[in-house]
Amino acid sequence: MNPAIGYAALIVVSVVTAVIGFYGLRVSRTTSDFYVASRTVKPWWNASAIGGEYLSAASFLGIAGLIVISGIDALWFPIGYTAGYLMLLFFVAAPLRRSGAYTIPDFAEARLESSTARYVTSILVVIVGWFYIVPQLHGAALTIRTTTGLPSWVGAGAVVLVVVLTVVTGGMRSITFVQAFQYWLKLTALAVPIIFILLTLSGGGSGPIIPAGTELFPPPEAIDGGSTYRTLSLLIALLFGTLGLPHVLVRFYTNPDGAAARRTTLIVLGLLSIFYIFPTIYGVLGRVFLPSLAEGGSPDATVLLLPGALIGGLGGDLLSALVVAGAFAAFLSTTSGLVVSLAGVISQDLLGGSVRGFRLAAVLAAVVPFGFAMMTDSLALAGSVGLVFAFTASTICPLLLLGIWWRGLTDAGAVAGMLTGAVLCGAAILAGSRMGMDSPWRDVLTQPAAWTVPAAFIVTIVVSKATKHRRSASLSRFMTKLHVPERPLAQENPRSQAS
Amino acid sequence: MSTLGLAAVNGIVGAPNGDLAAILYSMPTPLLSESTLLLITAIAVVVAAAAVVAAVGFRLSSSHRELGTEAEHATFAALHSAAAAGEQLRDGLEPAGALKASKQLRTLLNCAAFAMTDDAALLAWDGTGAAARQPESDVVMGIVARALSNGRTQVANLDQPLRKALGLAPDSDLKAAVICPLKVDSRAVGCVMILSKSPTAGLVRATNEVAAWVSAQLELVELSASRTLLAEAEVRALRAQISPHFIYNSLNAIASFINTDPQRARDLVVEFADFTRYSFRRHGDFTTLAEELRCIDRYLLLENARFGDRLQVSLQIAPEVLSTVIPFLSLQPLVENAVRHGLEAKVGKGLVQISARDLGAYTEVTIEDDGVGMDPEQLRLVLAGRHDGTHVGLRNVDSRLRQVYGDDHGLTIDTGVGHGMLITMTVPKNQPGNDA
Repeated sequence: MNPAIGYAALIVVSVVTAVIGFYGLRVSRTTSDFYVASRTVKPWWNASAIGGEYLSAASFLGIAGLIVISGIDALWFPIGYTAGYLMLLFFVAAPLRRSGAYTIPDFAEARLESSTARYVTSILVVIVGWFYIVPQLHGAALTIRTTTGLPSWVGAGAVVLVVVLTVVTGGMRSITFVQAFQYWLKLTALAVPIIFILLTLSGGGSGPIIPAGTELFPPPEAIDGGSTYRTLSLLIALLFGTLGLPHVLVRFYTNPDGAAARRTTLIVLGLLSIFYIFPTIYGVLGRVFLPSLAEGGSPDATVLLLPGALIGGLGGDLLSALVVAGAFAAFLSTTSGLVVSLAGVISQDLLGGSVRGFRLAAVLAAVVPFGFAMMTDSLALAGSVGLVFAFTASTICPLLLLGIWWRGLTDAGAVAGMLTGAVLCGAAILAGSRMGMDSPWRDVLTQPAAWTVPAAFIVTIVVSKATKHRRSASLSRFMTKLHVPERPLAQENPRSQAS
Repeated sequence: MSTLGLAAVNGIVGAPNGDLAAILYSMPTPLLSESTLLLITAIAVVVAAAAVVAAVGFRLSSSHRELGTEAEHATFAALHSAAAAGEQLRDGLEPAGALKASKQLRTLLNCAAFAMTDDAALLAWDGTGAAARQPESDVVMGIVARALSNGRTQVANLDQPLRKALGLAPDSDLKAAVICPLKVDSRAVGCVMILSKSPTAGLVRATNEVAAWVSAQLELVELSASRTLLAEAEVRALRAQISPHFIYNSLNAIASFINTDPQRARDLVVEFADFTRYSFRRHGDFTTLAEELRCIDRYLLLENARFGDRLQVSLQIAPEVLSTVIPFLSLQPLVENAVRHGLEAKVGKGLVQISARDLGAYTEVTIEDDGVGMDPEQLRLVLAGRHDGTHVGLRNVDSRLRQVYGDDHGLTIDTGVGHGMLITMTVPKNQPGNDA
């Protein structure tokens, strides 16, 4: 591939992201169109922003890569990533919006009235965020390595640099519109090339054709206990893990009320469903035309290489540039969303909450995962993100679900549950990667969510029951705030109604 | 490092091609490579070691050392009991705290039973041996009634029926009770009572001292309660009022439109009604930034009727912060200040810029005008309350912000004569205690 494509795409996306961040909201308004109602973010915008922040390297590159290696089974990932929002819609979106807590630690403190619970939650949120940034940086490293041939650290370093600079200088603060832009960029970057590719393939003529008799998917494996367990566990991780992702929850505060939060989530479900069609097509075509990638060790590069491989010449170069740009948008948006929410948590709980502390925390939030990403090498983006989901599902999810829906939750119960989930899930992931390939325990340890999530819930409930006297005094008030719909806002514009 | 991981994958996918997909899925490529694992394990070990060292160090440093003579020990013990009891009396005379305090005070006096009452009922009874069981509240109140009414220390002899009523054994040797009233502002609000074999002068005096000490604690509680009340009253008194000038000016401006542009006059009256409905509302000391901005919008529409093209407004609000909770009517006075003192006196057009930004854990709102500005020294006097100038609105908002969020969150004002004014207000986004 022409290295110039990589450079050009990288620079353009970085500059555009920064420019929108800085100038996106510098639109002056006069009194005539001052109405604050018009300033609130419409659910469509907000949903696009959530989509933009949520669709990470794992979605953009990882799913196609996984389909190339393992075929139809990989489709559980997009299903899980999307269906997690159903859980968010049903159980968390509206009450959390009403709670008035801006971060998960804020929620823990307000619900449990305990600073210990707050600190434990903060630490877990920071761990989750760090390990969620690492695969993004791996994705960036892979993209740069594949498209320009530069060493891995350049890609990851570029993402960290752009994100830290924009966050520290304040450019990423009004982030909603930037993120919304990123969603549509990512969708375009995947959709346009694949449309051209499909046109080429169906056009017959001189272009590449799918060889007759090709099996697009290998015949599915026989269903046995092992595969059922793996799928079940993966789905539990993805469904419950989405509930606790810090950068996604923050987005809901941009909704004016709980009802709008629900509407937003519904739109997000639609947007994600549309998006995931495209990586799937890339994966299937990758199996046909680039089978060598699976053996070459970087199946995640399928999306990047496919347009160049199937459409030659300038057209291929341009489409490749578009895909690379989309991939960078994915890394930048997810990373910046995570860095902003992590910096908020770190500066609040460790650095006293000043503005300078926020900047320092932003650097800390980005540099630590950069170090991790440089010292490690992830082999399957979708898989390692799946593990982060499993960890979130075992730690933060019990706190949120029980905190919102069960009056009996106490601070001791929440802390015990979170620590149990963290220790069990962390240990399982570490031990699982040690296991021999044919060990019978391997499945149980590499997909731990099916047993760590129930364990965390049970410990939380049992300890809460045992410490009934520790229920917080303002419980009733807080629960009312969570579950009673907001009082209707004053009429938006009485004049129009009167006349 | 990265090549190491890749090599590992090559090894796996080098398997015979036929079963490739099946094998790979049942044994997914290791999600964490050897190096990751090593690193994570190393970090875990280091963290664990640090925790152990810290724990041991903490135990060693906090272990008891020999301190002073026996007499000093007795003093320390007495002071410790007193301090612990004082802690429990933070909330005044209420049963849970009184019981815990009674346990401390009984060890201090070394008596068989220690009781604490308020002016109506027995609050706490702590006793050992024969006096361990808590008696009926009425019986105790009967014994302390005299001390409560005349406010002096009483020594009561416990005769047989009284001992029985108190739940003591008939042959118990606890023959005397010392009752000392607790006084706040020379008014008896309760009593402490101890039971003993014989009321020695020393014991009576010690009981008196304890009662005096408890009384002092209760006075402190009363003091802090009245301080809270004062603060609340101050916030209520500071709750901004809509300015009479504004009502007068608006009505005049509206009047000027009634003949020339009746529709506009009607719109303005509706705006005025909405504005007053918001400003006169009685409930709640807090509102959201969005509602406050809506109020400012109405205010500016009305001012615009008077100023016409002279007043220009630019607005830059991050949608993320619209739901931030802020004190009721804390922004509108700032905008009014900018319009009335900044732009009214200025010749030609004036611009008011309002912006709200997301600063992580805080929301920053700035209000800037390019009007006449003011002398910083004079502004300092106004804010310190030593100058009853025209900028009372500023001082009012400033003191309310300080009351609610602490001294770090007052207004920051940059100004100079002829250089306009920039007012910055920073409030925390997360305020679990304040409901809009």
